[in-house]
Amino acid sequence: MRLPAKIIIYLVLVTGAALFVLPFAWMVLTALKPLHQTLQQSSLWLPRRFEAPIDGRVQEVYLAELITEPSVWAVEQGAPQPVVLPEKSVHGGVWQPPSGAPLPVRVIRLIPASASQPWREVGDLSGVARDVIPESSVRTSITFRWRNFPEAIRAMRHFPRYLANTLILCVLNVVGTVLSSAMVAYGFSRLEWVGRDRLFGVLLATMMIPFPVVMVPLYSLFRWMGWVGTLQPLWVGSFFANAFNVFLLRQFFRTIPKDLSEAARIDGCGEFRIFWQIILPLCRPALVVVGLFTFMGAWNDFLGPLIYLTDERDFTLALGLQAMKTSQSGATEWHYLMAASTLIILPVITLFFIAQRSFIEGIALTGTKA
Amino acid sequence: MTPGERRRTWVGLAFISPWIIGFVAFTLYPVCASLYYSFCDYDVLSPPVWVGLLNYKDMVSDSVFWQSVYNTLVFNLMSLPLGLVSALALALLLNQPVRMRGVFRAIYYLPSLVPAVAGAMVWLWILNGRVGLLNQALMAIGISHPPLWIDDPAWAKPSLALVSLWGCGNTVVIYLAALQGVPRSLIEAAMIDGASAWKRLIYITLPAISPVIYFNLLIGIIGGLQVFTTAIIMGGAERSTLFYAIYIYWNAFEYRHMGYAAAMAWILCLMIMALTWAASRFSRSLVHYQGE
Repeated sequence: MRLPAKIIIYLVLVTGAALFVLPFAWMVLTALKPLHQTLQQSSLWLPRRFEAPIDGRVQEVYLAELITEPSVWAVEQGAPQPVVLPEKSVHGGVWQPPSGAPLPVRVIRLIPASASQPWREVGDLSGVARDVIPESSVRTSITFRWRNFPEAIRAMRHFPRYLANTLILCVLNVVGTVLSSAMVAYGFSRLEWVGRDRLFGVLLATMMIPFPVVMVPLYSLFRWMGWVGTLQPLWVGSFFANAFNVFLLRQFFRTIPKDLSEAARIDGCGEFRIFWQIILPLCRPALVVVGLFTFMGAWNDFLGPLIYLTDERDFTLALGLQAMKTSQSGATEWHYLMAASTLIILPVITLFFIAQRSFIEGIALTGTKA
Repeated sequence: MTPGERRRTWVGLAFISPWIIGFVAFTLYPVCASLYYSFCDYDVLSPPVWVGLLNYKDMVSDSVFWQSVYNTLVFNLMSLPLGLVSALALALLLNQPVRMRGVFRAIYYLPSLVPAVAGAMVWLWILNGRVGLLNQALMAIGISHPPLWIDDPAWAKPSLALVSLWGCGNTVVIYLAALQGVPRSLIEAAMIDGASAWKRLIYITLPAISPVIYFNLLIGIIGGLQVFTTAIIMGGAERSTLFYAIYIYWNAFEYRHMGYAAAMAWILCLMIMALTWAASRFSRSLVHYQGE
């Protein structure tokens, strides 16, 4: 290949890869910032720690907006950050920096607004002087705020329950799907019997049915059984084989020579033992693929838990994350949301790096064998 | 049937018995019940009441229903071609003799593994109108009034298309596997005959992987019409991202119009069948199966 073409290919690939990684990077960086740094325009890339001497001691301070001309500083009712208003837009007192502090200055501390007075003008408050310090005395260092993670877990309230529920569902779904799908796939591939292929056609046809069609009757069925509000609707079905996985495993089972089963049968080996002790161990790679994708499906599932889990204490992680966002009234605590998102994404990414080959082969299999 | 055949049939049925039970309980019964409910007024709490075609008639005059159809189709017209073409382009590039192919492939693939809820949160944050990363970047390069993305009715669907593009790695990997199955001999023969890279792509590579392109198109249509999680979490101004599956969900579980939801689900089923049929007709002359 010619050199210019090669350079263009690498340029496109690297740029694309950077854009694909960017959301992850931004998520993690946000997760490591204090809240006020997430909510400023012209946010900084890296989390910072600002320190300034106040009352003779060096303290961590917020870095509010830079003020370069006389103006009014106010906190909007319920707003997460102070707003600096140019003096002409506000009636009332014009704020001047305290004596000795030349412009530009930073306003350091949040002053809460009261319900009766949605806008409080700083200019009216004499005690505010020490909250304002010259820009030149603010010291900046890059500091990652790891404590956002335990704080985010606490903000999610029932995090341990969510994690336990999610893991229970993952394990039960993986066990159920792998066992039942392998058994059914065995029946459809390694045994000859009347009507087999016709029934397999029915199985393939069920893959065409969109979930919304069965959503309502399944809900009323599980409701009639008294399972709504429990985890049962989210895993019991997995023990009854999933059509797509049966299809995938059947493809794999067919590649194993028939002689193997015949030899075992002649030795008097029962059909279930052949399945359990001979075929299954040979199909481990395919079973791993099915198990991995089932795990991911259970970990990521949102619609199922949304429909069936009613009590906030019984949620899964995916649903809990959504609940965390909707429960934040007013300002969104993006640093906690991003920390929680990181925690939910991390196991998935770890799993990918552990089992990368199975993932890639599994995906390729679903596309090319179809 | 001979005794041996009969015995073998019983063994076979025993092995597939989990699926038979599951099929009857979780597919056959629900499909029949769903069809029945679609002709009923049903709120789950009380028994269904037969109303004939009322649900289907209501649909015709329900403007929100039509909006959800419109939203779903417009969104798919944006995201489907965008995703298919981008994924194919990335796969073609990765199929070149590049170094660190595994690393690139992993990077492009990873976002498709991210739980939809977490992905939606990250993108809500990036697309935040005031302090989001994207708008800060746009303002930094001199665009003083960038759109509010998900909070702007005109931009909400493109925003979601962008999010779905982030998850196209799955498709990239499928394409890449297919590309590696393209016979090397054909490409080399074409090179000897002096065919340009473009001509090799049009006349050899694309026809050779056309079944996989077709497969991805079908999967894209079926999944695209049911798009749900990302959109319901990210929201979208003024019903601009009220998609079909979301409206089914609202009807079933918020308004408790289960009969109406069932009827909508059947119309969805018909739409999927119609579009699949259209895609198969359209692609009949374009898809080449090797060995035919």
